[in-house]
Amino acid sequence: MDIVVNILVRTVVAGTPLLLATLGEIVTERSGILNLGVEGMMSVGAVTGFIVTFTSGSPWLGMLVATLVGAAFSSIHAFVTITLRANQVVSGLALTMLGLGISGLWGKPYIGRPLPVKMEAAPIPLLSEIPVLGRVFFSHDPYVYLSIVLGVTMWFALRYTRAGITLRSTGENPRAVESQGANVGLIKYVSVMIGGAFAGMAGAHLSTAYSRSWIEGMTSGRGWIVIALTIFALWEPSRAFLGAYVFGGVFVLQFVLQPLGISPNILAMLPYLMTVAILLVYGLTKQGKRRMAAPQTLGEAYIRGSR
Amino acid sequence: MTIRVTPREETTQGFRTLVLVGSLFAGLIAVGIVFAVRGVNPLLAVWSIFRGSFGSAYGIKETITKAVPLILIGSGLALAYRAKFWNIGAESQLLLGAVFATWVGLTWGPHLPGWLIIPLMFIAGFIGGALWGTIPAILKIRFGINEVISTLMLNYVAAEIVKYLVVGPWKGETKFGYPYTDDLPDQAILRLLPLSRISPALVVLAVVLALVLTYIIFRTRFGYEIRVIGESPEAARYAGIDFFKTLLITMVISGGIAGIAGVGELSAIHHNLSYPETISAGYGFTAIIVAWLGKLNPAFVILSGLFFAGIIVGGDAIQMTLGLPAVTVSVFNGFLLVFLIAGDYLLYHRVKLVREHA
Repeated sequence: MDIVVNILVRTVVAGTPLLLATLGEIVTERSGILNLGVEGMMSVGAVTGFIVTFTSGSPWLGMLVATLVGAAFSSIHAFVTITLRANQVVSGLALTMLGLGISGLWGKPYIGRPLPVKMEAAPIPLLSEIPVLGRVFFSHDPYVYLSIVLGVTMWFALRYTRAGITLRSTGENPRAVESQGANVGLIKYVSVMIGGAFAGMAGAHLSTAYSRSWIEGMTSGRGWIVIALTIFALWEPSRAFLGAYVFGGVFVLQFVLQPLGISPNILAMLPYLMTVAILLVYGLTKQGKRRMAAPQTLGEAYIRGSR
Repeated sequence: MTIRVTPREETTQGFRTLVLVGSLFAGLIAVGIVFAVRGVNPLLAVWSIFRGSFGSAYGIKETITKAVPLILIGSGLALAYRAKFWNIGAESQLLLGAVFATWVGLTWGPHLPGWLIIPLMFIAGFIGGALWGTIPAILKIRFGINEVISTLMLNYVAAEIVKYLVVGPWKGETKFGYPYTDDLPDQAILRLLPLSRISPALVVLAVVLALVLTYIIFRTRFGYEIRVIGESPEAARYAGIDFFKTLLITMVISGGIAGIAGVGELSAIHHNLSYPETISAGYGFTAIIVAWLGKLNPAFVILSGLFFAGIIVGGDAIQMTLGLPAVTVSVFNGFLLVFLIAGDYLLYHRVKLVREHA
């Protein structure tokens, strides 16, 4: 029993960066922009979060700066795909290469130097004393709570607020949104940068809370799993929780199964095989295939005033 | 002052070249800024890169060596991208090619003459890359799974397969516990030019395949169908083009050629299978930009392949002289790609600064 609870506890922590970045990508894709640069944005967030925490001694400042830098970094993608209307797939790939490169360059002096202070766990009084649930959900670092609050807020906003409905319409039918007097380009810019901010924060979680060191390539494909989780979530924040924690569990499972004598290389394949498998679950049925349909205009350039 | 943008109808070849050169130059300036922030003199860094790659006989030889896999993979990617099939998995298709060829080379190599075993290894490598490349094609067409995700995930899976093999069942008996397979027998190793790592046979193969693919794309019915699928899927459906068959063949070729690049690295350079990052210096990813810089035309990919090989070689050089990490090359790749696609905007639009009179 204790082992199971232990696994669940670690699952939630491992799922948190996935959740944060997936929430961000949902906003971006809802506006009709596909950003494949998540891996790069997370990596830049991880390195800036680490460097700022290392030099200032404040993991909170690290979180803040990583979030801002993530947003700023994603504005490259926004400019190239929204203003210049370039191919979104290629621009996203470029952003990933750039992010991995810049973070490797900036982070090199910090390799092998663990943080003196990391974002420590802060159990929530009373709630953390609930048996099982208290340990699984309420005894973590602040990123975990923040991701839950942000996720619930986003779920509510997308569903019930005017801004949320406008955002959803932007990806589905930008002309209609424009005819209502909204600035489609601006909405897309903001959405891409929200995605960048969330990915930056997710990266900082990896380097300043999940672990306490910077390692080159420490995002290890999580950014790409996020792209898949966004599809799995059917662009709904509520389902992002499910997807992120399932994958968090898969990451933890690797370490749980290792003592059983299974090759670590085979176990390391699990998250990636699971990603394909989880999409296959939808793809196997006609109905599932239809549900996997992205926002109508995802990936298309928007030209103002044209039909 | 405001910026006025009007659509551009036609462009001359000269203008297109100017935009291309301008984009590369702007990309280099952006790279320079990143270096400057790190406290490295940007002019010195960029100069060191080009001196490292094109400034000496050794540099030029290494550049040609590394251009071979880039030209091979870039040509295959150009084909896939023409169909708007975003194959990001060339890295793993290369690895699977090397795995299949290693098996053939180690199993049959000792018993067969060189003129037979080397072609067999290349065929095996093509099959390995092609099999790995068709999985995402089938997943996409039959199950609607986005190929960017599936090709990427298969990259990680293939890397783990290779690691598993070299630390596990294929670990060499002569390697004192290191993660390598045994070396291929002599007859399974490609001849090199003296004092270099250039295999003339591989260079010829890469150039010939690039030209053949150019012919396929622009002069055959199959190439035409690929382009229609990419440019207008609606029209392709209307014309009755078989998506499944066309994309499957596209990925057999694209993945297979990446597999061939893997055999080349194995047989000419490494002589044994080892960790994935040893077998390929990220060629599968760099080749994406190579294909893009070559305007998805394999004939141009030969040139862009040489250019990016130069950046890789120069990047290795500045690692040593300026103490920068290997991943610095990704900064180059990323910025150049961003500016290349941004530059395309100028091909379709006229941008003018106009002074407004009240």
